[in-house]
Amino acid sequence: MLSRPILRVHGLKTYFYTFAGVVKAVDGIDLQVDKGEMVGFVGESGSGKTVTAQSIMRIVPTPGKTIGGTIEFEGRDLLSLTESQMQHVRGKEIAYIPQDPTTTLDPVYPVGDQIAEVIMRHQLVSKKQALARATELLNSVGIADPQIRINQYPHELSGGTKQRIAIARALSCDPSVILADEPTTALDVTIQAQILELLKDLRQKFNVAMVFITHDMGIVADTCDKVTVLYAGQVCETGTTEQVFEKPKHPYTEALLSSVPSLALRKEKLSVIPGNVPNLIQPPSGCRFHPRCSYAKQICVDKDPELESIGDGRWVHCHRWRELDLKSAVAS
Amino acid sequence: MILRRKIGEVHAVDQVSFQIRQNETVGLVGESGSGKTTIARCMLYLEPPTSGDVFFEGQNITETFKKANRTQVLALRRQMQYIFQNPYASLDPRMTVADIIMEPFEVHKHIPRDKWLDRMYELLRMVGLEDYHAERYPHEFSGGQRQRICIARALAVNPKFIAADEPVASLDVSVRAQILNLLQELQQKLGITYLYISHDLSTVRHICHRVAVMYLGKIVEIAETDELFDNPLHPYTVALMSAIPIPDPKQKRHRIILPGEVPSPISPPSGCRFHPRCPRRIDICSKEEPPLLEVRPGHWLACYNPWPPKHIFA
Repeated sequence: MLSRPILRVHGLKTYFYTFAGVVKAVDGIDLQVDKGEMVGFVGESGSGKTVTAQSIMRIVPTPGKTIGGTIEFEGRDLLSLTESQMQHVRGKEIAYIPQDPTTTLDPVYPVGDQIAEVIMRHQLVSKKQALARATELLNSVGIADPQIRINQYPHELSGGTKQRIAIARALSCDPSVILADEPTTALDVTIQAQILELLKDLRQKFNVAMVFITHDMGIVADTCDKVTVLYAGQVCETGTTEQVFEKPKHPYTEALLSSVPSLALRKEKLSVIPGNVPNLIQPPSGCRFHPRCSYAKQICVDKDPELESIGDGRWVHCHRWRELDLKSAVAS
Repeated sequence: MILRRKIGEVHAVDQVSFQIRQNETVGLVGESGSGKTTIARCMLYLEPPTSGDVFFEGQNITETFKKANRTQVLALRRQMQYIFQNPYASLDPRMTVADIIMEPFEVHKHIPRDKWLDRMYELLRMVGLEDYHAERYPHEFSGGQRQRICIARALAVNPKFIAADEPVASLDVSVRAQILNLLQELQQKLGITYLYISHDLSTVRHICHRVAVMYLGKIVEIAETDELFDNPLHPYTVALMSAIPIPDPKQKRHRIILPGEVPSPISPPSGCRFHPRCPRRIDICSKEEPPLLEVRPGHWLACYNPWPPKHIFA
């Protein structure tokens, strides 16, 4: 059987129409997720990771608007669905795990009710059945004493437990894709390790595809099959995790890998990416990375490169990928 | 130095002792609630410790802060400065960068007024900013640049010691390296001593000479950086190291997942505070608190049943 992508985003453009000008937060992003696959979506703040996820769910906050591209999910174009059709997709077929569980769980309802609400919205079940299902789910995300927990309020729970609840809620209707937006950033390292392990297990058990949004290259290497690197609202490159970490093809990926301090080896001085993340109201001309790129030439200033297929399922957004011999700081 | 702080029933930091040598960077690592920030705040007397003393260049400064007059306190403050975690919250949005950096001059009056501007520009350049930045307001800067302003402000009084509380935690990955390099350069140029607080072991490994690992208000292990990373002995240190994802897909290392969460410091567990989550606990751990002992040269450990040396990366 040919594996068809379950979610395909092509040329997505989401702009924010602010008083200061038009912020091109997402400007032509491509993303492809196959069934049961874990895709890393890496970038710094302002690279468009979260806005892409919000665009897929069609929950972009005002003054943002998706003005171009296609989002194909199981053969349907999500952007052409009506709002009520979209409500059947949200939570049921595509679920979202937000970054900070503290702000996304409602403080005035017990957590069990919040999971049951999602189940009752999409399935014809009584509240009792929904709560029973919620209890089961809490059990499968590794929460002890689920019968007690479903009656507790968010403030009674720790950060790690709240994130487990958010994960249980995302799983409640057996979605085929989960968008996880920095699900471990707000947590301590030892709790982060627990949650990463849990997500890996659940993915096997529920056979769900996951888009893992993060800024941590370590997490990508640890959990993802494929990775898409973003910079300033555009894709730099995509490939399998091994390919990208071993042989990065985009100068930004190379720079990102070498500027992260390593636990295993100590360098005298960290290599630095000069400058700052650009302002997206007036992004740099040509390739958006050129002002910070150490390989930039005149063509990079004048012309925005195409996202080119370079074989082996890899795509690169750089004029000079053919001539550059980029090194990976981590490949030993 | 021994600190003991008590607010109601919370023992945020309990019986902690350590030294920092001149021109050295000591790292303080631990998860949230382990007491890292409280220690730094007590050292600078931003928070009076319940008991215990801090000695700076042989002088008991906790006593000085308690009893001294304003002139003497200011003299001490000039020696010791603090860089806060969040550069978005620690700069006054209504002051220009020039005013922010010159405010310490006004408070301390340690340089004559006609030298203020020169010195302010000198500080700006020292932290990698440009002269024209002086007229701007904090909101016009990115996170990394704001942290540079905070560093310039701390340097304005020529301190010998700086406590840096998670200075890069709120910054983007690509600008973290810039700030870490800047801190190191300043240390070499000006001979500053740092207390570097972080929950991120990889930046600690990069910048620190010695590292202390904290758990629930206690130091559980302290050693030279290379020694600690090559031979972590305490089960908590080992678990903390193994929990950090390594940016190399081929390196699939055995990961120790600690069960449960950090308990509340209001009623810490008996004996060793780590024992309910510890994979190597033995009977004595729940009954008696392990003392911090020197187990290898310069390597101090509080544990009854540590891992053997050279365990983790083997």
